[in-house]
Amino acid sequence: MAHTFELWIGALLTLMIFSFLYKDNPFYKFAEHLFVGVSAAYWMVIGIWSTLMPNLVGRIAPNALQGVINMPEDAQPQYHFIVPAIFGLLMLTRLVERISWLSRWAMAFVIGFAAGTNFTRYLQSDFVGQIYNSMLPLVVVSSGHVAIGATFSAIVLIVGVISALIYFFFSKEHTGAFGATSRLGIWFLMVAFGAAFGYTVMARISLLTGRMQYLGEWLATIF
Amino acid sequence: MADDRPDKEQSSRPRKGVIDVLKAIDRRIIFLLITLGVVLPLIFHLVFSVRTSPIVQAIFDKMESLPPGSKVLVSFDYAPSTVPENQPMAEAICRHALAKDFKVYMMAVWATGPPQVDALVTNVIERDFPGKVYGKDWINLGYKAGNQGLINAILLDLKGMYTTDVHGDPIDGFEMMRDVQNLADMSLIVCIGSGFPGVREWVQFAGDPGRIPVAGGVTAVEAPLLYPYYPRQLLGLMGGLQGAAEYESALVLKYPQYKEHAEQAVRLMGPQTVAHLVIIAFVIIGNIAYFGERSRQKRAKKA
Repeated sequence: MAHTFELWIGALLTLMIFSFLYKDNPFYKFAEHLFVGVSAAYWMVIGIWSTLMPNLVGRIAPNALQGVINMPEDAQPQYHFIVPAIFGLLMLTRLVERISWLSRWAMAFVIGFAAGTNFTRYLQSDFVGQIYNSMLPLVVVSSGHVAIGATFSAIVLIVGVISALIYFFFSKEHTGAFGATSRLGIWFLMVAFGAAFGYTVMARISLLTGRMQYLGEWLATIF
Repeated sequence: MADDRPDKEQSSRPRKGVIDVLKAIDRRIIFLLITLGVVLPLIFHLVFSVRTSPIVQAIFDKMESLPPGSKVLVSFDYAPSTVPENQPMAEAICRHALAKDFKVYMMAVWATGPPQVDALVTNVIERDFPGKVYGKDWINLGYKAGNQGLINAILLDLKGMYTTDVHGDPIDGFEMMRDVQNLADMSLIVCIGSGFPGVREWVQFAGDPGRIPVAGGVTAVEAPLLYPYYPRQLLGLMGGLQGAAEYESALVLKYPQYKEHAEQAVRLMGPQTVAHLVIIAFVIIGNIAYFGERSRQKRAKKA
């Protein structure tokens, strides 16, 4: 019974959202606003019970949350978590204009931590790692023979990387051989955008198929 | 005088050619045809055979190469909105891992991940592997906040972050957790993701620094952004529904006993193919209209 009720709610909301494809209407507006409101409430509750309670309150006063959230029974108070608690409270000073500047301290900490943590990882994985990934042998030999397919792929990759990089090199005028390579780079970029568009279509159709299956399940409960 | 006005208007109005008709196609007709392209194959169970590509086969081969008892961590980093794409991937990977007698560690860096684990438990473990024991063969570590910071932390100290499982039971009480200290103890990490944090963060914060094999399954929108990591940083990638269908094909080919429940994505590729054909047809129609209009304008200029 409960499942059928959920199915009806889900199906009716799906139809309300789909009604926008015909034209904007109050049913669509209702479903849209409901989604925004429920999402905001959902993420607020998740924030409190998945982040604030276990990571802050549960560390400072674990006994207060025993039986309320998942906590080890022998958890001891970790009073140094008062420091992030103070930083968290400083964020709320944005609500009072006179002392809102205090929130910058907390923001500085967040930005500094994020920049420091991400910098090395991005440098290793996305900068050095990607350069390394582009350094491929132009002729791929497998079992003593030239692997035609792999060799072709390697050449396409190298030519694509170099020509696309040249397209974004603006310190030299794009004329002559340099300009021709730059134009080749545009072609590679266009192919990449086309592939990305194709993938996006696939993703959207997958979601539509999922919804249609859901509506089919709903209709099966009626007929 | 009044009687001949309609005739005059008709004669002064230019006749609508094919190009004008094509240019004026109502978008609702396109929506309707795409809907039919999806619904009809679903009703008539239109299924196409799917061949596994090397980038997906690489994940399957890696799983096949691991010995029984290997530790595989699966991270559920997606939300209900992308379940049609991501859930078949997660289920195929876990079905394969349990069939190979691996220890499966499930977790999520997305708050919306744990409900997907519950769905997987119902669809895969309870249905196909009722003999598998929780805490010995598989475990659900649940969701922790922290995004890439969490991955960074568990790379060095998993038990420091996960003191309990998703049900609140102490982590050290489970047999399969006794010899796990951090991510380096995992033979393979598979992230099923649909955004940030996702496969990229697992590569950046676990795979590359820890030299741990990482494979991914992502929504089709995200797949083009992750291909540059293959094969040196990402051992394989399932891109969208097609990637899921390819993995399911490889799985059913090797383990035909799971055919009945393990071909969700393969079944959905029928509607996918027909809908794509409809879109391709409209892209062609759009181009015909565009070039037709251009040549008409050129002719008009010459005249």
